[in-house]
Amino acid sequence: MMLPVPLALPGVRPAAWTAAAMIAAVVLASSTGEISIAAAMKSIGDLDAIRARVGVMGASRAVLRSPFFFAGVFFLAVAFFALLLALNHLELSLVAPASASLTLVTNAIGGKAFLKEDVDWRRWAAAMLVGLGVYLLAH
Amino acid sequence: MVHAKLSLRQYLILGSVALCAPLGDTCLARGMTAMPPLLLARPVALLAAVFTPWVGAGIVLLIGFFSSYLTALSWADLTFVLPATAFGNVIVALLSRFWLHEAISLERWAGIALITLGVGFVAQGPSLTERPSPATQEARSR
Repeated sequence: MMLPVPLALPGVRPAAWTAAAMIAAVVLASSTGEISIAAAMKSIGDLDAIRARVGVMGASRAVLRSPFFFAGVFFLAVAFFALLLALNHLELSLVAPASASLTLVTNAIGGKAFLKEDVDWRRWAAAMLVGLGVYLLAH
Repeated sequence: MVHAKLSLRQYLILGSVALCAPLGDTCLARGMTAMPPLLLARPVALLAAVFTPWVGAGIVLLIGFFSSYLTALSWADLTFVLPATAFGNVIVALLSRFWLHEAISLERWAGIALITLGVGFVAQGPSLTERPSPATQEARSR
């Protein structure tokens, strides 16, 4: 027999908890996809140079040989369906700005942690400012 | 971090990243709202939507966005490219204000100002994290 599991933390309304979980799913899947694709492109190297050397087909082959690229496309597809599910339960004016702006911040964290990018104060400031700006613009 | 200077071609690719995504989304939205309500039970109607002019144009623009985005990520950091993507929202908001004469609230003007400021911060810095070559790493480890 399954025990009833509360959907909310004490003091938090279930609706708010569920909304936060749905938005978090969109943000995490989207960031994982973006970071995987960035890792794929870093490992392949400058696509302009590859295209100049072996043509468009050669550049496409280089991209399609990367397992990180397919992992990225998979997670972006998961993010897309998580977004559709979230839009089915929550308002667009909450989901779109919240997920777009939070993704910028999680990408900056992921870029530093996983891609070892040098995220200096300018990039942190940009992630925060652009995230807030996208929220205001899309709200 | 060493400042990696971008060429004109690379700036054009970043511009394409910024413009193609919001314009593609706008074309898709315009095409889909003009159609009668679609049901998942009739997937043929959904497939037919792909061949309408606005939806088709939207798909072409989104393919353009994705190829430009992949190219940009091959020579620039993710944390450099993403603010450029967000700047497209500003361009679309300004086009809707001055071309379509739509009203923009004070909140949205504030959003435009913040995104422009953020993109300005990133553009001042290097586009790519400089990593030491394998030969340099080997020399350092000795």
